[in-house]
Amino acid sequence: MKRPYYIFSSGKLSRKENTVFLYPSNTEQQNNEETKEASTKAIDQEPSKFNSNDQLEFNDAGLEQNGKELVSEPGIGDINDDLLLEIEDTSTDSPDEAPTDEQKDEELRARPKKIIPVEDIESIYIFGEVSLNTKFLTFASQNQIPIHVFNYYGYYSGSYYPREFLNSGFLLVKQVQHYLNIEERLRLAKKFVLGAAQNILRNLKYYNSPSRSAKSKTSIDLNQDKSDSSDVITTSEEEIESMSSSLTEQIETIQSLIPSIHSATGIQELMAVEGNIRQIYYTAFEPILGFDFEFKKRVKRPPNNAVNTLISFGNSMVYTAVLGEIYKTQLSPLISYLHEPGERRFSLALDIAEIFKPILSDRIIFKVLNKRIIQENDFEKKLGYAYMKESGRKAFIKEFDDRLQTTIQHRGLGRSVSYRTLIRLECYKLVKHLLAEKEYEPFQIWW
Amino acid sequence: MNITGTHVNYYFVCKRELWFFSHALNMEHNSDLVLLGKLVDESSYQREERGINIDNTIVIDWIEGNPRVIHEVKKSDSVEKAHEAQVLYYIYYLKKLGVEGVKGELDYPKLKKRVMVELTPEKEARIEETIDRIREIVELPSPPPIEVKRSFCRNCSYFQLCYS
Repeated sequence: MKRPYYIFSSGKLSRKENTVFLYPSNTEQQNNEETKEASTKAIDQEPSKFNSNDQLEFNDAGLEQNGKELVSEPGIGDINDDLLLEIEDTSTDSPDEAPTDEQKDEELRARPKKIIPVEDIESIYIFGEVSLNTKFLTFASQNQIPIHVFNYYGYYSGSYYPREFLNSGFLLVKQVQHYLNIEERLRLAKKFVLGAAQNILRNLKYYNSPSRSAKSKTSIDLNQDKSDSSDVITTSEEEIESMSSSLTEQIETIQSLIPSIHSATGIQELMAVEGNIRQIYYTAFEPILGFDFEFKKRVKRPPNNAVNTLISFGNSMVYTAVLGEIYKTQLSPLISYLHEPGERRFSLALDIAEIFKPILSDRIIFKVLNKRIIQENDFEKKLGYAYMKESGRKAFIKEFDDRLQTTIQHRGLGRSVSYRTLIRLECYKLVKHLLAEKEYEPFQIWW
Repeated sequence: MNITGTHVNYYFVCKRELWFFSHALNMEHNSDLVLLGKLVDESSYQREERGINIDNTIVIDWIEGNPRVIHEVKKSDSVEKAHEAQVLYYIYYLKKLGVEGVKGELDYPKLKKRVMVELTPEKEARIEETIDRIREIVELPSPPPIEVKRSFCRNCSYFQLCYS
């Protein structure tokens, strides 16, 4: 089963021996003040907290151990030990494919490296300072591997989206037809907004249940038996409302806005409704997070607090995941319906991401903050904006990757599928809509 | 439109699959079974010249010299009718090119089974009819509905596309 690889270390990605080699940076190559400090500490064999030489790939359970070991023992010496074992392994595998010059061979073998079997790579996420060359990009293209790049602060820079290997001119024409015909375009655009709204409501309803109100700082006694007489229930409801952790207002308001989605007569009007729904949804974040984190307004570029940073990060992870799935289908990511195509981004990925953001981004944000997987000290505030430290990003990615691999029993297919597959199925549903076979109904999470 | 062996094969398996395939909506790259089939094909009869391409329309797995027998290697015989039709189509195509007296054989290396295939006049008429049917289906504006039992669809590479 192919999986995404997340690279946090700095170094060089290379195509060697027909697979992917990652050479982490050694001390001479680092030019960053902080990392220099970290590396000198490592040479002294002292564990360092903020060591960008860490690399973390999220493998399945069997290999997870390995990844965790690397994190807990970040000294370069330790990594060398680990990598040396690998070098021994590979030298028995392919003795004939070594470079011609024997000395050069010894040198190259001795350099610490991580070998990633290319057949195992679904996509690559780069968070560290990594060099790669065109030979590598071509190799990635040949193996259908998109590469998503993030900058030092963890903000999404862009993706290397390889040449399309699945082309259907017939489908492309259909995609464009549905964009050019304003009715058809609106029909699809409404579905995306509806899908997002439904999943937003599901989130709100989940966090509105009385058992969740225990999250708020000033907690109330919820050991009352819910099956008590209505008197007792009313009292607790009143209490809950006075704590303003109740999301009933947001739920009802959003529900009242849903008819306006259906009745919208143009894209602008539809976007306005969508914006409205999002605004109301965001007012629920503070109560959901137990008032531990401030979130009054959505602020991007740059985000001004922890929650905004997480939302930006989460959204870019969803976007790249969706983009990766569209790449594996015959759909062109350039032609979208809700968002205006023709801008730099792959706008169809933006469209489909709307549906999955509440499920994959928001839910994980709530989880990591409420369960203290990510805390205030995982963020750094500088010059009025916030960014997540590497520790925070790693924790978020771990949750995100786990979530994507989690399987659920799919009613329609009658088999268990991963969250990632749900995104793929969404693409297929869109294909069938464009083929005039079945009206597209957006994915609605039922748990 | 060039009708290939795969088109004929798919026609007898599932009309829907045929439609998707001929509109370049391929799902085979997602399927492990398809990959296994490719491996079975690649690893068998390696002493012969493999994959003879004719007119960029049909590709014959390998040809036995004397008497002339065209072979088609398959992983499983669960849709043997389709495999037979595919080989019959190849024989028919060669006949149209002026190559007479060709017989066919289906090879199932994993099952250690071989099945002879012969183009009778009756089967020839059926193949011509099939070609027309295939063109009709491909010209449909939308994919045809699901006509087979769901249990049959279990291992199809188009399963997710069909049932999503």
